[in-house]
Amino acid sequence: MTRPAPRPGNASDSILYLDGVTVSFDGFRALNALSLLIAPGELRAIIGPNGAGKTTMMDVITGKTKPDTGEIFFEGAIDLKAHDEAAIAQLGIGRKFQKPTVFENHTVRDNLELALAGKRGPFATLFHRLSAEDADRIDQLLGIIGLAKSAESPAGGLSHGQKQWLEIGMLLAQEPKLLLVDEPAAGMTDAETAATSELLKAIARDHSVVVVEHDMAFVRDLDCRVTVLHEGSVLAEGTLDQVSAEPRVVEVYLGR
Amino acid sequence: MIRFLILLLLGLLAWASPARAQEPDHRALVAALAEGGFSEKEAAIQAVAATGDPSLVAVLEAMGDGALYTRKSDGLVLIGEEDRRQITLIDPLTRETLETVGSREVERVRVNNRLRRALSAAIGAMTLLSPDPNVRSEAAQSVFRSADPEALETLDEALARESDDNVRARLEQARAAALLETDADLETKRAAIDVITARGDRDALSLLVALRASSEGELQEAAATGAAAIERRLKRWEIAQHITYGISLGSVLLLAAIGLAITFGVMGVINMAHGEMVMLGAYTTFVVQEAIRSYYPPLFDSSLFIAIPLAFLVTGIIGIAIERGIIRWLYGRPLETLLATWGLSLVLQQAVRSLFGPTNREVGNPSWMSGAIEIGALTITANRLWILVFSLAVFAALMLILKRTSFGLEMRAVTQNRQMAGAMGIRTGRIDAMTFGLGSGVAGLAGVALSQIDNVSPNLGQGYIIDSFMVVVFGGVGNLWGTLTGAMTLGIVNKFLEPYAGAVLAKILVLVFIILFIQKRPRGLFAQRGRAVEA
Amino acid sequence: MFLTRHLGPGGWWFLLAIAAVAVAVPYCNLVLPPAHPFHANSYIVSLLGKYLTYALLALAVDLIWGFCGILSLGHGAFFALGGYAMGMYLMRQIGDRGVYANPLLPDFMVFLNWTELPWYWWGFSSFPYAMLMVLLVPGALAFVFGWFAFRSRVTGVYLSIITQAVTYALLLAFFRNDMGFGGNNGLTDFKDILGYPLQAGSTRAALFAASAIALALGFLIARAVTGSKLGKVLVAIRDAESRTRFLGYRVEHYKLFVFTLSAMMAGVAGALYVPQVGIINPGEFSPANSIEIVIWVAVGGRGTLVGAVVGAGLVNYGKTVFTTAMPELWLFALGALFIAVTLFLPRGVLGALGDYVEWMRRQKPDPLAHIEAQRQARREEAESTEHFLALAAQARAEREAAPAE
Repeated sequence: MTRPAPRPGNASDSILYLDGVTVSFDGFRALNALSLLIAPGELRAIIGPNGAGKTTMMDVITGKTKPDTGEIFFEGAIDLKAHDEAAIAQLGIGRKFQKPTVFENHTVRDNLELALAGKRGPFATLFHRLSAEDADRIDQLLGIIGLAKSAESPAGGLSHGQKQWLEIGMLLAQEPKLLLVDEPAAGMTDAETAATSELLKAIARDHSVVVVEHDMAFVRDLDCRVTVLHEGSVLAEGTLDQVSAEPRVVEVYLGR
Repeated sequence: MIRFLILLLLGLLAWASPARAQEPDHRALVAALAEGGFSEKEAAIQAVAATGDPSLVAVLEAMGDGALYTRKSDGLVLIGEEDRRQITLIDPLTRETLETVGSREVERVRVNNRLRRALSAAIGAMTLLSPDPNVRSEAAQSVFRSADPEALETLDEALARESDDNVRARLEQARAAALLETDADLETKRAAIDVITARGDRDALSLLVALRASSEGELQEAAATGAAAIERRLKRWEIAQHITYGISLGSVLLLAAIGLAITFGVMGVINMAHGEMVMLGAYTTFVVQEAIRSYYPPLFDSSLFIAIPLAFLVTGIIGIAIERGIIRWLYGRPLETLLATWGLSLVLQQAVRSLFGPTNREVGNPSWMSGAIEIGALTITANRLWILVFSLAVFAALMLILKRTSFGLEMRAVTQNRQMAGAMGIRTGRIDAMTFGLGSGVAGLAGVALSQIDNVSPNLGQGYIIDSFMVVVFGGVGNLWGTLTGAMTLGIVNKFLEPYAGAVLAKILVLVFIILFIQKRPRGLFAQRGRAVEA
Repeated sequence: MFLTRHLGPGGWWFLLAIAAVAVAVPYCNLVLPPAHPFHANSYIVSLLGKYLTYALLALAVDLIWGFCGILSLGHGAFFALGGYAMGMYLMRQIGDRGVYANPLLPDFMVFLNWTELPWYWWGFSSFPYAMLMVLLVPGALAFVFGWFAFRSRVTGVYLSIITQAVTYALLLAFFRNDMGFGGNNGLTDFKDILGYPLQAGSTRAALFAASAIALALGFLIARAVTGSKLGKVLVAIRDAESRTRFLGYRVEHYKLFVFTLSAMMAGVAGALYVPQVGIINPGEFSPANSIEIVIWVAVGGRGTLVGAVVGAGLVNYGKTVFTTAMPELWLFALGALFIAVTLFLPRGVLGALGDYVEWMRRQKPDPLAHIEAQRQARREEAESTEHFLALAAQARAEREAAPAE
């Protein structure tokens, strides 16, 4: 496939549906009529050079930035433009940031407790008591991300890699339907990178996952459908080998 | 204007000396005013009028007001000021105060209505025909207000002689006003109404409103049309006056805020001691003026030109010291910066209070800053005008520094991406200090200007700090044009609200307006948008 | 019990200390004879009572600044509003004992030639109504202001500057005579409260005890809030607001809740302050007052509720000493305190004390302990990495074992 084929407007059988989304900052178009469709249960990698609009795309999906034009639907019917970040998170979209952001003054356990799915209102949390199931779930998550020993120490003292995993643990605690993961391998060793890609593939078995990355080796590891973004719109889509063969992609990545 | 009045006074004094030479003659004329029956008195009035001597106008006015008396002891005719049955006697020719006597010792010179008319005609004639154009103009104004038909004859005579265009216009207006009181035909009156409408001030309006109430038919219609036209015109002038007041307030706000636009807007440093920098600039002006007063007074008119660079240096250096000593340790902790600089402002205030005392210090206006300019119905005082000019000059200079100098380039580079700028070989620490120094120096300049219109006291700065922050936040942080627009908008809005709400309530309303505005647009009028802003 | 759930031993000790003060000071004032070395005269009682209300105010500021990162430079406004509500009640209690002996109108209204009581003064002769207003008026202002400000995501210094503008606007408004709050002079010349004369020693002692109880209650509520999951969300908002949003928390609702609660606490503090100092005037709205509260909290150590109380006591005691001994030096001292605390004591007295204790503990037993601790940490990290890699391998194995579709 040489050009991204115009998609049929069937938002209904998708988990995430973007159509003609445009965002501009002071005349600069960060996203330019971007259209994208993620099927339920799909693992998708988004690649593209710096400034291609990857992070802005995440911002638009999670409600941090409102698009100038275009449609964004979640699970086929929910208009994400009408919701703010908190509502979108409650709908079941989790986001991991490029730079790991955990609550540094809270213990690892508290970080997970805060992320745990549950009522999010102030009065609900004021009178909240941790149930036995929730405590078990936290212990289970601590085990998955390998931070059981650090559970009671402040998250601020963790190493970079540990913070990344804690963030992934928080994502899992949220029990989202769709995970948006921004450059999960940034700043990791090769072994850690490999482990992270394995973890993401495991997660993708029962979640829809969108991974933004520009480490090609990592994307190859993920072995999934790839979308190439350039200047705010889709340049190519397909398997990694397919898009790598695309002359326009080569041009964008290698320059003229 | 003031100089002119002084000249006028000198002229009157010069008049006084020849008057002495004519004294016996004049005294006889004055004495005649009190003699005989009403027709003799009328003749005497005309005799006085025939002299055309303005120094005798006061006697006629006193007579009309019933304040001319004959002293029983010697029969002299004198002007008297009555106060609770005591009468202070004044010589009508020399204006000397003679004595205070009981009401039994003098006899009032009686007048009737015929005499009153004769008096006002005589006074009108004497002043309308005066050789001094200002006296004529004044007289024409007073005839306009009284709209006395008796004066018509004199007005015509004066018009025939008049060579000064301004005075002629005044006389025409006075004649039109007087004509309306006669039984002239409709066309004449209509023309008169047109003349009055063209005059267009409050006096003209009240005349036409009175006419509208007293007349009927076509004349009433014409009066109503004229009055409406004047009202519209006055409304426009009123708006213009509000705008000038607003721009004037805006220029003060701009001056106070523009230094903050650098430190807060460009650097992102909250300097709560900004107002104290303004205050120190004002005190620098005070010290400069004191030094000039005691060592070389003739230099006083140029004191501001010495104070401007000095205030910039003093506050600039203090600013650099603050940045190096306190603020640089607190980058990235804006709330702590806010608290530390607030503490600093307390220390600076108290230091100035200890040095110069807690009371207001006298800072004088140079002579070239006093006076006022009138355009139509507008009055603009010179010092306000100079402050506007100065604030725009400071604004322009800052724009030039930011956009056209290498320092400005480095400054923008550091504020946009500190690490990158550092990597390019820019000494970021030095640029921080210089930028903060520049912002503080500009605050000092504002102090020089504000010393001309505000009380110079240790609390001077506190009055401006909240306003300045409001201006910068309202205009949009990091945008000097926004600061300019913000200052002018807030100034004008404030001055438009004042007549309806009063000064304090207007200020409260403006504050509430800004608070609500920031809810709507948290980044101000000229917001920057994009990913960098959020970081 | 809900309020004591998160109190902890330190909290109990603190409550015990307040209770001791609440009993001891009135005892020293009322029971001990004036000649006794521990006798507290009524000046001391009022002064200490004033400190207690300041401590409650500091607690309110610490709740939002220390735990949620909202630096309000206008909390004095809520304090003053609570004070005015109490002042209005006390004014109505004067009845016809004013200078003009008008049974219906306070003196200043008679002076302004007003003929009837403005509607917003209705009901203030009732003590319960006035107490309701002490809570509701500051609470409502905070709610309305916060609803706008937090919804539009006005944060950080912008919010601080706007809160300052709010109290400044109120200052200007209350200075106006036609606002109906006594203008420049404010409300004063109070006679009695609930029928007890304000000048009487027993009334003063009772007010002191009431202030202590209010402080204890405020502390309990603040502890209950900060110790709950809501408190954890607040700290999360303070440290990473945007991250908290992406976890699905409505940050603005949390801020609004804690801001309104804090304003009500400040209102109660103001209401207790007024009868003890005998006057409330617009000066309480001045931005300088509000910013001074912040320094009490900063000195004590923000984010530690006890620290706010300690800081309010320390700074105000310093102020009392300075302003009587060397009044011209007070502003120098206060200014220097602002600078010194932010530069050298960012976590306040309590924070520094905690650091020192920690440092001492680490110093004593083994000079090599911290090296060993580092080694241990590194070992743990390596272990966890290994664990993670093993986990990943397991995940891979599971995936490959899964039947291919």
